[in-house]
Amino acid sequence: MSDMTFRDALRLALAEELERDPTVMVLGEDVADPLGGSYRVTLGLSTRFGAQRIRNTPISETAIVGAGIGAALVGLRPVVEVMYMDFLELAMDQVVSQAAKARYMSGGQVRVPMVVRCQGGPGRAAAAQHSQLLEAWFAHVPGLKVVVPSTPADARGLLKSAIRDDNPVIFFESNLLYNVRGDVPQDDADTVTPLGTARLVREGTDITVVTWGAMVHDAIAAAEQAHARWGVSAEVLDLRTISPWDREAVLASFRKTGSAVVAHQAVRQGGVGAEIAATLYEEALDYADAEIARVGAAFAPTPFSPELERIVVPGVDQILDAIVTTQARRGG
Amino acid sequence: MMHPTGRDPAWVATLYERMVLIRAFEEAAARLYEKGELPGFLHSSVGQEAVAVGATALLHSTDYITSTHRGHGHVLAKGVPPRAMFAELFGRETGTNRGKGGSMHVMDVAAGVLGANGIVGGGIPIAAGAALGIQMLGGERVVVAFFGDGALNTGAFHEAVNLASVWQLPAIFVCEHNGYAESTPSSAASRVDDIAVRAAAYGLPGFAVDGNDLFAVLDAVERAISRARQGEGPTLVQCATYRWYGHYIGDPGAYRSDEEVAAWRDRDPIVRVSAWLTEHATWDAEDEAVVRERVERKIGEAIDFGRASPRPAPESALADVYAAGASNEGARS
Repeated sequence: MSDMTFRDALRLALAEELERDPTVMVLGEDVADPLGGSYRVTLGLSTRFGAQRIRNTPISETAIVGAGIGAALVGLRPVVEVMYMDFLELAMDQVVSQAAKARYMSGGQVRVPMVVRCQGGPGRAAAAQHSQLLEAWFAHVPGLKVVVPSTPADARGLLKSAIRDDNPVIFFESNLLYNVRGDVPQDDADTVTPLGTARLVREGTDITVVTWGAMVHDAIAAAEQAHARWGVSAEVLDLRTISPWDREAVLASFRKTGSAVVAHQAVRQGGVGAEIAATLYEEALDYADAEIARVGAAFAPTPFSPELERIVVPGVDQILDAIVTTQARRGG
Repeated sequence: MMHPTGRDPAWVATLYERMVLIRAFEEAAARLYEKGELPGFLHSSVGQEAVAVGATALLHSTDYITSTHRGHGHVLAKGVPPRAMFAELFGRETGTNRGKGGSMHVMDVAAGVLGANGIVGGGIPIAAGAALGIQMLGGERVVVAFFGDGALNTGAFHEAVNLASVWQLPAIFVCEHNGYAESTPSSAASRVDDIAVRAAAYGLPGFAVDGNDLFAVLDAVERAISRARQGEGPTLVQCATYRWYGHYIGDPGAYRSDEEVAAWRDRDPIVRVSAWLTEHATWDAEDEAVVRERVERKIGEAIDFGRASPRPAPESALADVYAAGASNEGARS
């Protein structure tokens, strides 16, 4: 174990996989040294692995992702960096109609082992074009995997799994987490976090809180407050992979607690929370003691002003409210 | 025996037969489509055979192409068997894509076909990426990206050609310029006629050739392939040609005059190669008949194969959404 930041854990994962597999390469805007990525995740990699394997690109998101697909089709494992999740909009055809569908449409002839790393999210007064969380869009597309780590250990473990996976993976890094520190297992370079498995963050008996990414930390704080102030025992699950998501873990927790809050920073309308809540109703209605609550951003673009942003994007208070309200309705 | 043009007549005869095969495939497919035997859409490449055959004639089986919604000719010329193509057009299990792609999306990696593409311009960045892969993995393979003049004004074209130039990737960008993007004439879509002007903007050579002249296409693409194999980077080749039929089978084509269509039919690329063979080789009516008969038989067998092939098993509808594996299972925490 060693203590490191989320950012350093991502860089460690990239370095380990570049070392382990000569077909892994990195391409994206400003990923090479001396900048080493807009958020320094790839710092040092081009110096260590060379400018052929760690390539700066023009600002051409369609070509960057397309190049990743083509390279993957002929035997590489490209890790593509798209600077902001918002900028994936510029490459939607390549992500959605090309990468996600190549295997299926070809009748299983090909694999597209490509990771598209992107970062961003709200909370930094970046305004509406640099704050979006679009995981629901990509979770809606068969053929893509969508991964959102919340801790340094999972940043490393999930990125390594994503690189080794034979499918296109959208790998989202919340900017708010880059400087978060945590223990990262470093004893074995082959220690990975499997995709599609949720993490039990905090055990509880009264209510299940399902969340991911930066909001995991808000959920932990909300759960602790709920316990301290009202004696509510909240179980927190970090979904970690949005697609495919760990239905079994979420259902098992819900069957135990009988109530749930699904919380994400992304816009509530049409969000992944709706999918999870609907699944709980379909699969485990008999276990429900109260309505399932959804927490998500208001249906508005993310405003610039920090005061307004706090109104639109939910945090600890909104999760806490949802826990308390849901508990009040139990058995009602 | 080499002809002064540098082309061996016996080899040209094989290219000729390939062009005839593509024409026969397209005509047969159109008939089946009009009879309602083929589901989906059908875009005919009749009239454009010299581009497909000329641009692939000097490729090796290990080289790659990407293609378009009007891609039957490209993929047949690259070596995809007609029977697997027809089976795909019929939507059958034995098709190139096991019935999951159809006419616009034929993929056959074994033949070096990284996919025809239903999205205009969509395959161009992927071709650049395959060329990147080749550059990284080493070797002298190349990638030919086919696209139409409609794709010239997509961002995908601009971004991918620029990227290929910056990285000097072994790619050949072949624009099949048939004058129309669906119904919109190219003159209404861009004020730049000359591909060399566009090429200069990306810092790579661009050649415009008569796309109905097999030899002109061969010469231009040969230079481009040679550059790519020697690490000299990508080339743009624009081939002026014409689709005899509408954008799709069933398109009434009201945007084109009968005179225009007739003038292009008079420049039939197949007739021109036939005339060349007659002039430069001991090619006569009997040779012609042998080719036609062989092609007809092959197409007939291919259709029979496709029509008789099993429909996909219902469970295959949910197969291959994801690849099951990973490069290394590793130790799981």
